[in-house]
Amino acid sequence: MRVVIEYDICQGHQACAIVAPDVFGSDEIGNGVVLITGDLPAELHELTRRAQRNCPEHAITISD
Amino acid sequence: MAETEPVKDWASDYDIFAHDFMIDPYPFMSEIREGACPIARTERWGGSWLPTRYDDVVAMAQEHDVFTSRQIIVVPPVPGAAEGAYSAVAAPPITSDPPDHRWHRRLILPTFSPQSVATFENGTRALCNRLIDGFIANGVADAGEGYAQQIPARVISAMLGVPVEMADEFTGWVQGALDLQNPKGRLEARMKILPFFHAQVQDRRANPREHDLITTLVNSVDDHGDPVPDSYVIGVCNLLLIAGVDTTWSSIGSALWHFAQHPEHREQLRNQPSLWPMAIEELLRAYSPVTMARIVDRDIEFQGCPLKAGDRVLMAFPAANRDPRHFPNPDVVDFEREHNRHVAFGSGIHRCAGSNLARLELRVALQTWLERIPEFDLVDPHAVTWAAGQVRGPRQCLVRFPVATSPVN
Repeated sequence: MRVVIEYDICQGHQACAIVAPDVFGSDEIGNGVVLITGDLPAELHELTRRAQRNCPEHAITISD
Repeated sequence: MAETEPVKDWASDYDIFAHDFMIDPYPFMSEIREGACPIARTERWGGSWLPTRYDDVVAMAQEHDVFTSRQIIVVPPVPGAAEGAYSAVAAPPITSDPPDHRWHRRLILPTFSPQSVATFENGTRALCNRLIDGFIANGVADAGEGYAQQIPARVISAMLGVPVEMADEFTGWVQGALDLQNPKGRLEARMKILPFFHAQVQDRRANPREHDLITTLVNSVDDHGDPVPDSYVIGVCNLLLIAGVDTTWSSIGSALWHFAQHPEHREQLRNQPSLWPMAIEELLRAYSPVTMARIVDRDIEFQGCPLKAGDRVLMAFPAANRDPRHFPNPDVVDFEREHNRHVAFGSGIHRCAGSNLARLELRVALQTWLERIPEFDLVDPHAVTWAAGQVRGPRQCLVRFPVATSPVN
């Protein structure tokens, strides 16, 4: 599983980092960033999907 | 206009200042949202529209070229505010539209990133503890005016680098500025807030400080590389004070009001502290304090409603956040809710710039209270008073709790 944040859509709600702080963080203006490059370890898949479902801007894309 | 007449039909005559709405708005919001006209209309208070469904509220927030931020207050502008020395001062970036909105917002966002606001956590906790020290021996406290209301004004004073002793005065100014039924009081508050920050701006130009928000803003440049005007800096300070104080204390107060009536939720957090972050989001969803207005840019039909250029629209984020189409059992507070795309902080380019600070204050204020006062309830549920208007939360909220017996020497 890979995950990306569409930077033009993200408005910095930080919902992803609240749900999955091991996967998502914040840049200097508070927009979301993905902390893990490449494939996500299996134990983070469920939380990552949950983060996607909690993003108010629908800015998170997951590819399996 | 007979603004005091009782509302007969909420879809065509809603009144955000009605007493019953002030006490408990959710049944009325639900009635509108689930009725034939989920975008309500009123001619009261200058006239406005009230979208209540999540999809409509979010669509309006996203379409900022149609739903502009020329005004963000749902009642007519204060007479006199557009005159005199401060006529150019608004509250950027919340009152800004693109293209200026971009730099208006970009300059303040780093101050409010999660990393930046984390530096206020220890000070906020110490403040909360001092407040609790002041009443914990009494067995009774006002969780609104005596606690929630005391916190954000002091945090924002620290952030703005202005004397914390002024916090009570700030609270009065903010209440005046948001007393939407009282234009005279709003103008008076404005004419206290703006000259105060004008003087702060002049002071920072003469005496720059390190690690100081106002100094940083004063020395900033706009997107053309030109120095920002004083009206921008004064406007940002105006916003941080008004938007940073009343909203956050309303959130803290509503959450304490909830916990006072839900011992099972207090116990749940004691047993599973890892639920705290999601609990904060759920409380923000269920008790979203803020509604925000927009001005319609041009004639447009929106979901069958004939909106005219210049019409006021009040985006009911609290109603959106209880839309059953997006939140199953929306009136139930559930800290384990899986899907929570709440828009308590808005949606789109005007997402609350201070959301990370608000969350921090909310979490620290609640955690500190629950650690020190784990058991409490309302003295009288009917005696709780609520603020009306575009920011909703308890004002007076008396709670009682057991007094710990300390050892006697």
